[in-house]
Amino acid sequence: MIFYEYEARKIVELAGIPVTKYGFCQTADEARKAAEEIGGPTVIKSQVLTGGRMKAGGVQFADTPDEAAKHAEDILKLEINGHMPVGVLVDPKAEIKQEYYASVVWDGTAKKPLMLFSDMGGIDIEQVAEEHPDHVGRGHISNILPVGDYEAKQVIAATGVTGSQLNRATPILAKLARLFRENDMILAEINPLAELTDGSFVALDAHMEMEEEAVGRQKNILRKELGIAEEDTRDTYVPSDFEKNVKAIDAADHRGVIQGKDHGFDGNLGLVIGAGGGSLTLTDAVRNQGGKPANYSEIGGNPSVAKACGLAKEVLKKDGVEKIAVMMSIVSNTRVDIVARGVIKACLELGKDPAETIAIFRIPGAWEDEGNKILDHYGVEYCDRSVSLWDAAGRAVAKIQGAS
Amino acid sequence: MSPAEAMDAVFIDIELDEPAKSDPELAKKLEEVCTVGIFKASAAGTEIVQGQLDECVLCYLCVDACPTGAMRIIKKYEN
Repeated sequence: MIFYEYEARKIVELAGIPVTKYGFCQTADEARKAAEEIGGPTVIKSQVLTGGRMKAGGVQFADTPDEAAKHAEDILKLEINGHMPVGVLVDPKAEIKQEYYASVVWDGTAKKPLMLFSDMGGIDIEQVAEEHPDHVGRGHISNILPVGDYEAKQVIAATGVTGSQLNRATPILAKLARLFRENDMILAEINPLAELTDGSFVALDAHMEMEEEAVGRQKNILRKELGIAEEDTRDTYVPSDFEKNVKAIDAADHRGVIQGKDHGFDGNLGLVIGAGGGSLTLTDAVRNQGGKPANYSEIGGNPSVAKACGLAKEVLKKDGVEKIAVMMSIVSNTRVDIVARGVIKACLELGKDPAETIAIFRIPGAWEDEGNKILDHYGVEYCDRSVSLWDAAGRAVAKIQGAS
Repeated sequence: MSPAEAMDAVFIDIELDEPAKSDPELAKKLEEVCTVGIFKASAAGTEIVQGQLDECVLCYLCVDACPTGAMRIIKKYEN
């Protein structure tokens, strides 16, 4: 689950990390009052779950409360990357001496949280890591043992930070690591972590993401502290037409399950695949054999003919798709003949020859003999379990490469 | 292929002879036993829903419900 900046700031504050006096506002009047309370110049920031706020005009500076109100009014109407803001954050314009970067991310390879610190804050850490690797400190922390301040200190010291800066930044990174673990985060980032002209450190911006699976057990912080409603899932994924259509076909019929994704796929070989991890294996097999998948899909749970037909039709209707490969691992509760009927029907209803359109049909399992009779009748090439998933994928790729 | 043709069954056909087809009691029984909605009962007897024929799972419960020999399930792909 992703959080708005004002919520991330609250999470940081709850962990005992100093933040500036900020205000979350949903109207221009509220922004004016917040700016009056802050006193002095302010920054007005759009609260959207997307990046590129500054470039889009979603971050503005104001010298007076009236100016803050005017900026808030404009920003509240400003759509950024298809997202309308839920409000604005009114923040004091801080007197910054230096900007740092502090974060804790989940390292999926090491299966441990990783602390990161840089004395070059305010810009993307990826850019710093690439251009100035000696300015990025790293260190894993345990998933179980308490996080010691010394661990944070080592990470910060690795960037060359010493003296009072090291002493002031250390508890902040250690607290960030603790909040990461306690709140089941996958990302807890403060950027910039600012050293003000008076020598104090404050979090000027924060970005937090919680593990989706943990949302159920983090009700205290989500509901009580942040006031996030249960139905607010923060799903920012925008499905393609293909994905929406497949979902609608699946929802219209309780029999079996189909899923389809095509973000990032633009190949010519459509995939109608599934069964026991078969989808991932087969997609990789097609790619590793030089094929270009047009989509990812999952089909199983004994779908109806209409559902199998619906999925195959959506795949075939995608731009650039020349053929489809219908492949699964070994099925026990999905009937081979029903899937065969579905995919052949899809071809026929789109005016395509199944023998030409279906590059390979490899679904061994329940009602396989009946399925083979159907495939024989329409001249579709098929194979049984003696042909591996890898080889079946290879046959499909060879066929489509030979055709184009 | 026209949308109407697209609705036609491609794989399965069912033949139901008279007088079984006009029997309202049998029609109710067929509607009840078919899990994929191929039969619709009416006062006139049994209506076979063409758009559902390809969903037939070959369970033969309908054949069992009919008088012997009155119903035949035809697999078009075997012809």
